Amino acid sequence: MGSLLVWVVWVGAAFACLGSGVAVISFTNPFYSALALIGNLGSLAVLYLLASAEFLAAAQVLVYAGAVMVMFLFVIAYLGDAAGVPFGGGPSWVAVGAIVASAAILVEVVVAIGLKAGNSLSNEADVEAAFGSPGEIGRLFLTDHLLAFEITSIVLLIAAVGGVILGTQTRSERELDAQEPTA
Amino acid sequence: MTPLTPLAALSGPDVAWYLIVAAILFSIGTLGVLVRRSPLIVLLSLEIMLNAANLALISFARLHGGHDGQIFALAVMAVAASEVVVGLGLIVAMSRRRLTLDVDSFRLLKG
Repeated sequence: MGSLLVWVVWVGAAFACLGSGVAVISFTNPFYSALALIGNLGSLAVLYLLASAEFLAAAQVLVYAGAVMVMFLFVIAYLGDAAGVPFGGGPSWVAVGAIVASAAILVEVVVAIGLKAGNSLSNEADVEAAFGSPGEIGRLFLTDHLLAFEITSIVLLIAAVGGVILGTQTRSERELDAQEPTA
Repeated sequence: MTPLTPLAALSGPDVAWYLIVAAILFSIGTLGVLVRRSPLIVLLSLEIMLNAANLALISFARLHGGHDGQIFALAVMAVAASEVVVGLGLIVAMSRRRLTLDVDSFRLLKG
């Protein structure tokens, strides 16, 4: 019975994830795209939970669906009408080529995984109940993966400094603003 | 209060199904990056691609019963957050310079 429930939840989350992924790239209005991406991230968190990555599921909702997407929505609101660029109005062979290229990537990934690991994908390792719990991840971050943890913090610091530098107004932009005070 | 059944004990789909979802999601993201012209939607599609890679990492971590894949996925999350900060900063800087927000119109590496 429990197995059937897991399957039902899994199939629901997988279809929600793929459907909202398609929605992200097909909406013209970036606001709706960002909302669809929140749904995508939420259903991915369900998939993470079913793959017994509990801490990552929580971090996905907190960091992505919470912080990152709020930043996206703020920028979309700040840009207003300028944010919405419709689909490529260029030649349609660009769109056809893009579809062919992404289908080729899909086929390549599936074939590569099937050839390299097709036989061993069904026998999962037995894991204990604490697998993927916050305590276990935290212990690994402070023991085996301490260097990765510290490098991650440096990457985030550099990104924050870069964001501040990109956000500072330069003199030419102030002059541009002075010319159009209404903008 | 009875203890909850650990999720790992429930039998769900094989890892192969997770990987198929991850592969389809990755190609959806690729399609978005290639087709759309709005830099905001290109960033959103990049997020989809990164998340597809995360899903694959987590499935392989479950397959092998080790935590390394999950740690890697957390590092990818941090990189994605940094990428969003810098990308959105660039988009806001473009819009302040009154440039059209269309990735096709940026062809030169100069301001």
